[in-house]
Amino acid sequence: MAVTLTTRPRVTRRAGDRHRRGVGRWIVLVVVGVAALAMLVPFAFMLLNAFKSPGDYSTNGPLSWPAEFYTTGLRTYWEQVDFPVKLWNSVVISGSVAVLAVVVSLLSAYALGIGRVRGRLWIIGLFLLANMLPQEALIYPLYHFAKEAGLYNTRLAVIIIFTVIQAAFGTYLLASVLGTFPRALLEAAALDGAGRWRILWRVVLPNIRPTISVLLVFFFIWTWNEFLIPLVMLIDNQTQTIPVALASLQGDRLMDAPTTNAGALISLLPAILFFLIFQRTLARGITAGADK
Amino acid sequence: MALPDTAAPPRASASPSTPTAGRPRRPGRSSAAYWLYLLPGAVLFLLVIGGPLIYTGYLSLTRWSGVGDPTFIGLDNYRNLLTDDVFWTSFKNTVAMIVAMVVVPTLVGLVLAAVLFDTISRTFRPRTAAALRAAFYLPQVLPVVVAGIVWGWILRPDGALNGLLDAVGLDALSHDWLGDPDTALPMVMAVMIWVQIGYPVVVFMAALERVNPELYEAAEIDGAGWWRRFRAITLPQIRPETFVVGLTCTIAAMKVFGPIYALTRGGPENATNVPSYFAYFTFFKRLNVGYGSAISMVLTLIIVVVAVLFIRAQNRAERRDGVL
Repeated sequence: MAVTLTTRPRVTRRAGDRHRRGVGRWIVLVVVGVAALAMLVPFAFMLLNAFKSPGDYSTNGPLSWPAEFYTTGLRTYWEQVDFPVKLWNSVVISGSVAVLAVVVSLLSAYALGIGRVRGRLWIIGLFLLANMLPQEALIYPLYHFAKEAGLYNTRLAVIIIFTVIQAAFGTYLLASVLGTFPRALLEAAALDGAGRWRILWRVVLPNIRPTISVLLVFFFIWTWNEFLIPLVMLIDNQTQTIPVALASLQGDRLMDAPTTNAGALISLLPAILFFLIFQRTLARGITAGADK
Repeated sequence: MALPDTAAPPRASASPSTPTAGRPRRPGRSSAAYWLYLLPGAVLFLLVIGGPLIYTGYLSLTRWSGVGDPTFIGLDNYRNLLTDDVFWTSFKNTVAMIVAMVVVPTLVGLVLAAVLFDTISRTFRPRTAAALRAAFYLPQVLPVVVAGIVWGWILRPDGALNGLLDAVGLDALSHDWLGDPDTALPMVMAVMIWVQIGYPVVVFMAALERVNPELYEAAEIDGAGWWRRFRAITLPQIRPETFVVGLTCTIAAMKVFGPIYALTRGGPENATNVPSYFAYFTFFKRLNVGYGSAISMVLTLIIVVVAVLFIRAQNRAERRDGVL
């Protein structure tokens, strides 16, 4: 639609006010619009081929319109990987990590940001560095100890590990947020006889609720998308998460192109759902994070 | 950060450092009790991060297959790394990943964010800009492994890219894109640009919302064109975000694992191998735990150094702004 508009009789305007009315802004829009559409092309390919039969794919290739609305690929993938179990595993792991990591971050940040314990700058720096570590530097000992402790191939192992990894970032962020917490509020609560524990839950928490909700969403989505540690730790059908299930099935080279696309489509639906639900929180959170 | 206590406006007896009699249980008075709150975080940290990191450091000095006892061999693993071609290739590929995940997305993201914010949002409706932004951001939402698998299929010999080339009569260009050592790395880079581009766009656009629109209007009235407004207003105003994006993306690029696993498993002939995949492979496929640990430690060290340099550069820039 925008393309036809640019072919209107061209009014040559020089710089200056082209910005408001000229044809220049339409050219900019078309260029950016085409780039945005190009970003979506892989999704279009995926949708087109997720509903195609393998025979249709091999005779007519990847670009043809599906000969019939074929849903067996979707159903095959769903049953082959027992998708509801994978979905449940991902939900349990990401949900537990989000809540636990926020609690741990809040407790630590309370000591660092409000308690101002000694050496807090070093401690915060340590947490920040921990968040940057490559997981390869931890994975073998974690794998080894999880085996010794009987936690290998359990969701609990993955939950504990990501609680700590996410809390490292959460502590860093919340400590700097709580560092500027109005002292007068704390004083007033203390005068009313509230202890530290009560102050944390009744005064501090309600005041930083927006930041907490952003952290919950981030931790959930980050954990949902994690790959290396779940790949190493979770080895069977009962424990694996959605990305690991997709990758291991693809690794077996068992999947034809339509099933690959059907699997990818099923696997990315939850992520797109979260995106739609949490869009506002995320947009707010990205700025919160950038402000440091 | 040590300053706020003294820099705070002198509110009556609000400074926690001056002991005032007769105030029961004031928070911040004795920091000792707060250590209790740090305990769960500290114990978990030592268990899951500190301990394993130190243990990996120790393992990097041993030869071990994962069963029995590690044999201490000093710095042998590190000495072997220096002459290992795969190791050097993997770090060379890290540079390619930084180009694809940091340099290109940041530069393109700056221009896109400025165009969306300054041109499209103001001369069309802001909703148009928001819809375009969502299209760029969408790949960021997916699990990166899922993106890797879709792209892996697109680039297969019977995949969509070759199908597309056929359809437009360029079938001479058909190719096993990920199977040829010459094209595999450029293709992986292209995929990473696609994955990464939305992140700077969204961050920079959010940053621009913070900028006073009167600045742009004033500049426009003074006759400043798009490029001058971009250089004189946009860039300086969003420099803090540029640092954050640069740092987080650089670290992500050095750690990249999932897309490589899904696209190429480091192949063909190590053409797309990266340190983290190399370490994973050495740990779990070659069962050479000592050597894998050495690779991981080198990667860790480089990441820490880069992060420290970044943060110091940022602090210096902030201080310079403060003086001016």
